[in-house]
Amino acid sequence: MAAVDTDTPREAAAAQESIFRRNLQSFAGNRLALGSAIVVFLFILMAIFAPLVAPHDPAETDLFRRLQPPAWMPGGEWSYLLGCDALGRDILSRIIYGARISIFIGTAVVMVATTIGIIAGLAAGYMRGWVDTVISRVVDILLGFPYLIFAIGLMAMMGPGLINIILALVYKEWVIPCRVVRGETLATRELEYVEAARALGASGRHIMLREILPNILSPVIVVSTIRMAHVIILEASLSFLGLGVQPPTASWGAMVADGRAFILQAWWVSTFPGIAILLLVLAINVASQGLRDAFDPRFHE
Amino acid sequence: MSLARFIERLLQLVPVLLGVSVIVFAMITLTPGDPVEIMIGDQVVTPEQEAAMRHDLGLDKPVHERFFVFLGNAVQGDFGDSFYHRRPVIDVIAERLPATIELSLAALLIALVTAIPLGVLAAIKKNSILDRLATVGSLLGVSLPGFWFGILLLMLFAVHMQILPVSGRIGYSSEIEPITHFLLIDTLLRGRPDAFLDALSHIILPAITLGLPMTAILMRVTRTSMLEVMRQDYVTFAEAKGLARHRILFRHALKNALIPTVSVAAIETGSLLGGNMIVETVFGWPGLGRLVVESIFVRNYPLVQAAVLFYAVTYVLLNFVADILYTVLNPRVKL
Repeated sequence: MAAVDTDTPREAAAAQESIFRRNLQSFAGNRLALGSAIVVFLFILMAIFAPLVAPHDPAETDLFRRLQPPAWMPGGEWSYLLGCDALGRDILSRIIYGARISIFIGTAVVMVATTIGIIAGLAAGYMRGWVDTVISRVVDILLGFPYLIFAIGLMAMMGPGLINIILALVYKEWVIPCRVVRGETLATRELEYVEAARALGASGRHIMLREILPNILSPVIVVSTIRMAHVIILEASLSFLGLGVQPPTASWGAMVADGRAFILQAWWVSTFPGIAILLLVLAINVASQGLRDAFDPRFHE
Repeated sequence: MSLARFIERLLQLVPVLLGVSVIVFAMITLTPGDPVEIMIGDQVVTPEQEAAMRHDLGLDKPVHERFFVFLGNAVQGDFGDSFYHRRPVIDVIAERLPATIELSLAALLIALVTAIPLGVLAAIKKNSILDRLATVGSLLGVSLPGFWFGILLLMLFAVHMQILPVSGRIGYSSEIEPITHFLLIDTLLRGRPDAFLDALSHIILPAITLGLPMTAILMRVTRTSMLEVMRQDYVTFAEAKGLARHRILFRHALKNALIPTVSVAAIETGSLLGGNMIVETVFGWPGLGRLVVESIFVRNYPLVQAAVLFYAVTYVLLNFVADILYTVLNPRVKL
């Protein structure tokens, strides 16, 4: 995939960069994907600057505003745009703060899992032998669990909490980048430039990290971005079941669950946090499909 | 596929199933926190009672010994007693299982009958508005959080339009003496069409919610493989022979295009298992998924452990079935 038949490192780098730039341009030309990437970026900004953006304190309760409807309905107020929940907390502010949990957990899980997956996948694909056997067996076994059930089982035993959610998801998530990396490594390790490096006496570590890894990175990144959407839904599902971050911290899944009891009187309590999840996950899905189309040559039709 | 291949594949399941049980065992044993202390919670117990609990769970023996005891008992279906229900765990699970299976099958059925026609139509009318709608729909289907979609359906059909019930499996007035424990079948066997309709009205929303992601995935798969098949030589040949288009599509193309759909459906049936914890919670469906979620909050660990193991084993077996199906349906693929 990278241009390897150039003479000097500088030319090779220039060729690499132009491929990267061309891919980037092709991504930018896909207006839907670009728009979605901007939506994702806005969500990230919203999460980072939550204290500046949120109109109210997300944990501030006011029983006089219990189940206050959104601004445009009778009894609503413009300063509480999306209404209030059963404890009179501002739903918009809680959605803004909830973005922090979803995005933080999504990013942390995918980053840790991808790092583990890269190391394990490179080791299995390059070293082969017993290392490959052990890693592949563990992968097979972990694939034997439905994801949500695995995470629920772990959360049940470990107890709720931010770190525990990340751990519960990482324990299984790393398998996915690992399989991608292993497959790509198996295909790459036989190529001439890897053999050349080996003939020059490069160490296994050097070959894996310096020769193979840079060339298989783009499918790995594409997979990670797609996985981010799954992880965000999984986290929201755990929170919905009451196994996520604990109150009063706002998380989208728990907010939807809170509203379940009030669907008769107050539809807005469940509806708006759900829209937030849908928007973010949809934007990530569309953007990552665009990334895949632009960066993975196998999808160039 | 030869019998020898089949047996070989079957034997390959053994290390996976063994590994799965090690992990389920490790979940309760190696995670931080003392399960006995957590299970006791705020209850007042004597040290003797605590020691007895420890003994019942086998926590007073070394780890490797405990694993073999666990495995030996698990193979015999003995997962200890559920303290909460004061009955063997396996009985409690067996009691809840029919509701979960009934819901999963209903979801599978809904997914198949909507996804296949839509996928085929989208492929035949490629790039039409219908095709685009199907693409957008399948993207939405995988991006919608199931628990939220379920609540939206409840608000629309149960609260706003009031045409479907909010929760449960059947109304009190329609309760019948069980035969198979599948209510949709039992109500008919007992000659109670009114109760059948009641059970049907209860299952519709949870089944749609559970089946939605699967519908999205199957529609995509069907569309892609239908497009693939329509490019094949034999289809072109059939066209050249002047066969009617619908005959080509349904006699020749569809049969082959459905091979990937069937195997993906088998795999995805496994993921319905995960979804039913969520869906059963949203709709108050009295199945295994809800039992597990409830058990977590009363810290009924033996039950959670047994259920996780049960789910995982079912999942592995379903994947195995998917593999076999794929080979049987598609003789060109060798396992």
